[in-house]
Amino acid sequence: MSEEHYLELCENPVQFEHASSVNNVFFDEANKQVFAVRSGGATGVVVKGPDDKSSVAFRMDDKGEVKCIKFSIGNKILAVQRTLKSVTKNASVLGFCWTNWNEIVFITDQGIEFYQVFPDKRSLKLLKSQSINVNWYQYCPETTVILLSTTVQGNVLQPFAFRNGTMCKMSKFEIELPVVPKPAKLSLSERDIAMATIYGQLFVMYLKHHSRTANSPSAEVVLYHLPREGACKKTHVLKLNTTGKFALNIVDNLVVVHHQSTQTSLIFDIKLKEPDSAVNMHQPVLPARSIHPYRIPLAGPAVVPSQPPVPCQLYSSSWSVFQPDIIISASEGYLWYLQVKLPPAVILLQDKGKLMDFLLRRRDCKMVILSVCSQSTGEKGSLPVVATVFDKLNQVYKEYLEAEQTYTAAMESGPSRGSAAQKRPVRTQAVIDQSDMYTHVLSSFTERKGVSHKFIIAVLMEYIRSLNQFQITVQHYLYELVIKTLVQHNLFYMLHQFLQYHVLSDSKPLACLLLSLESTYPPAHQLSLDMLKRLSTANDEIVEVLLSKQQVLGALRFIRSVGGHDNVSSRKFLDAARQTGDQMLFYTVFRSFQQRNQRLRGSPSFNPGEHCEEHVVHFKQLFGDQALMKPSTV
Amino acid sequence: YNSPAIIPGMQEKQYTPSLLNFFIYNPTFGPREGEEEKKILFYHPSDVEKNEKIRNVGLCEAIVQFTRTFCPTKPAKSLHTQKNRQFFFEPEDNFWIVMVVRNPMIEKPNKDGKPPTVEYQEEEILDTVYGAVVRECYSMYKLFNGTFGRAMEAGGVELLIQKLEKFFYRYLQTLHLQSCDLLDVFGGISFFPLDKMTYLKIQSFVNRVEESLSLIKYTAFLYNDQLIWSGLEQDDMRILYKYLTTSLFPRHSEPELAGRDSPLRPEVAGNLLHYGRFLTGPTNLKDPEAKFRFPKIFVSTEDGYEELHLIVYKAMSAAACFMISASVELTRDFCEQLDGLVGPQLTLLASDICEQFTVNRRISGPEKEPQFKFIYFNHMNLAEKSTIHMRKTASVCLTSVHPDLMKILGDINCDFARVDEDEEIIVKAMTDYWVVGKKSDQRELYVILNQKNANLIEVNEEVKRLCATQFNNIFFLD
Repeated sequence: MSEEHYLELCENPVQFEHASSVNNVFFDEANKQVFAVRSGGATGVVVKGPDDKSSVAFRMDDKGEVKCIKFSIGNKILAVQRTLKSVTKNASVLGFCWTNWNEIVFITDQGIEFYQVFPDKRSLKLLKSQSINVNWYQYCPETTVILLSTTVQGNVLQPFAFRNGTMCKMSKFEIELPVVPKPAKLSLSERDIAMATIYGQLFVMYLKHHSRTANSPSAEVVLYHLPREGACKKTHVLKLNTTGKFALNIVDNLVVVHHQSTQTSLIFDIKLKEPDSAVNMHQPVLPARSIHPYRIPLAGPAVVPSQPPVPCQLYSSSWSVFQPDIIISASEGYLWYLQVKLPPAVILLQDKGKLMDFLLRRRDCKMVILSVCSQSTGEKGSLPVVATVFDKLNQVYKEYLEAEQTYTAAMESGPSRGSAAQKRPVRTQAVIDQSDMYTHVLSSFTERKGVSHKFIIAVLMEYIRSLNQFQITVQHYLYELVIKTLVQHNLFYMLHQFLQYHVLSDSKPLACLLLSLESTYPPAHQLSLDMLKRLSTANDEIVEVLLSKQQVLGALRFIRSVGGHDNVSSRKFLDAARQTGDQMLFYTVFRSFQQRNQRLRGSPSFNPGEHCEEHVVHFKQLFGDQALMKPSTV
Repeated sequence: YNSPAIIPGMQEKQYTPSLLNFFIYNPTFGPREGEEEKKILFYHPSDVEKNEKIRNVGLCEAIVQFTRTFCPTKPAKSLHTQKNRQFFFEPEDNFWIVMVVRNPMIEKPNKDGKPPTVEYQEEEILDTVYGAVVRECYSMYKLFNGTFGRAMEAGGVELLIQKLEKFFYRYLQTLHLQSCDLLDVFGGISFFPLDKMTYLKIQSFVNRVEESLSLIKYTAFLYNDQLIWSGLEQDDMRILYKYLTTSLFPRHSEPELAGRDSPLRPEVAGNLLHYGRFLTGPTNLKDPEAKFRFPKIFVSTEDGYEELHLIVYKAMSAAACFMISASVELTRDFCEQLDGLVGPQLTLLASDICEQFTVNRRISGPEKEPQFKFIYFNHMNLAEKSTIHMRKTASVCLTSVHPDLMKILGDINCDFARVDEDEEIIVKAMTDYWVVGKKSDQRELYVILNQKNANLIEVNEEVKRLCATQFNNIFFLD
């Protein structure tokens, strides 16, 4: 079972002094900092951030109970709220958010106020405000969007976006409540709403509890897409198939739903299409499992080294869950990041196509995907599955190659208007290229014992088919692997057929590889020459091959037909002609080059640089001086 | 089959070459005097008188023995006489196949009621062509029966005689000696031209079928009677291809031809319509009486041969041959499974290939009637291409050129066979045609040009042009 826990708490949690009567603990979602405030700050405030840099300790005067404490972005300014009432207006301050290092937003039950802070002058300047009755608010630091709950029922949500000193009112929207209460009362709790970015888009997540009267047997999470501009739309419904208390996290673009009573969690991928259900209805990707058991590592001077770590109670009622991926246990003094482990998905998700869709969208997916590839090409592999897996991989691979190509083309055409938009495409782990496949899957797979060579070749061909289908140029080493495998099993005729249909694309290295096979498979010679011919850039190689076969006349005729006769080395041809021992052949070749000399330089004699002296001597010996071509007198 | 062709304007009758005798013997089976008949394993025509059979066999034996004294490893292959020509072939130790072909002849009527004069055309037929025909007879026998030796081991001479009788009785009727030519010498395979992607799809199809029906040992894939993929080794494929294209496919072409006016009733497998059907084995799977027997073939393996069921399954113009070890008994269940799996996929592939084919044809432009006709053959992969031959039918292989020209092609081929080196031969035929033969490495090309007033240089240039356009993707020395 343990390999089925697909969620885990991070190994190195942020540790802080646990909450107690003398120690208040606050969490700032914007900076992800935990504030441990002892005695109102008089005996110290310890701030722990996600890394050591963002951790600070200081003291401040105890001027009463701290309600809220937050640093501005970059730890520049500290803001502390001590009472609920503001002095100026008779309104309750619900809270405040830093939207920049020097910009702060106050939310009261009567509206929203946006200030610029001048630390030197110790003063604030009101940039903008808006009166509106507010029940509660939520803040998404990633997008600097504040969401206000308005109206009596609380289900009309008004988002505001902040950027560089401006406050922008976005279009409001209404959450459909399962039951409309009579008389009207606050019916939407802030606990049931969360904001998060998923796949780069801002969503408002609404935890819709089951309701007997509304005939909805189980709870669901409803996602509202909140675009920068335009209306907010209900886009996804995640079916939880159970009831009870839930909490939400977002990890690696997955919506994680924790269920307290069963102590399990579910994950949803909004990009995973459910073929059987209505559009945008989602079932959990994997069956419900609990977070991986966690043991609290006991540290510090008080701890005896031999003491075993204490198991941590998961899904504890003292847990607080924050967006996107934070779980805090104030009573124990820990802040964890929630993480997704991918290997269990391989076991839990039988449909390999769906599995690949799921994995390809995850951050650290490469090794898991490669392991899926290795597994699919293993003993229990089946070709249709292998084909699906390859096609999914190559789809992503192709998209990346295309983006890269577009980028390169744009760069080459020079910086044009709006070129700032051209960003170099990011190569995610999901881009599995041919070299990855070769190194991690295919090369070891072809060596594996107990796999039939039929299957090995079928898998290699399937990969090549898939690459071709996405019009990706196949790398030479894959062809080499195919050839090596075929040769190893004496499947030369199969190889011949592949070459005949140009399945293994032409290249000089491939032609040379074929040449090397000639001794075991004579037709490889012809295949190789054909390939060199088609390349049309390998005329020298063709000449070499023909000369090595003592086909001197053939070589000469060939080089003449491609117009390269004037540039070839006469010595090379004369050497080869002499080696054949055929005197007439030597005569013919010799005379042919004399004619060339005559044509090019006006004299039939060879230049010293051509190193043909010995052949001239040999020619004279065989045929006499008078057989030499005489310089023509023009 | 000695039907005379009447040449208009003259009262002559012309007779094409025809089969006189065909016999198989083994001299070691009746070495003693008086036992000569035991040597004879098969004799056609069977109604020949016993002593004549013995005499003819004895003559062949003597000729072979006699010529062996000159060259022990290469005894005579043929014997030319005025009236006929005999071909000798020893496919297995001491087993001899002899074919006697009557020379073509012209019968000239005589006046005054005298019997007509018969003129034999002794030099018209080619050794290479008919020598190849004899070898092919044996290969075809072996494809369906295994070697002679195998029959001997299994059931002695009696069984061998039985098998020879059964096979050759029918096979000899399908020999059409009058239309044998250079293509018989090559015994080549016509490959279907195909783009890489479609080819890979076919590969994928074959691999998947072999995976899900693991009984299948080898697969061959053809389209339009042309080969695309062979899982069999080259030599086995060569003879199987011959059988499929000259015997099996022509016999089953009717439903497709009738297709347009009276649409076929496609099979319904699951929810998918498909046009798949068995060309061997059961004609109708739903027939409760259907028999699941398939022809058996023998193919070579590293250490001998193996016997296989031959399942030929066709959907539209695409045919797949599946070969399964003969030791397995094929059931209705298996055939239904195969039909359900292969039928829809093959139908889809066939339409894919067809579409691809028409696209390619459109790109290459409308086919103009070229000024030349050619035969191409590559010894390395047995690829053959002919624009001289019409589509093969069950009965005859029609050519579009005069037999005299075909004879010239055959002669050039004989010349090529004599030497190893690359050669080129240009012949001006009596009828104003030019015939060009080129040999480059393992390839041979024969071109017939219809250019009356062309000179040698122009013909040479024309052939160069042809090579550059038709064969630009292979290495073909000018």
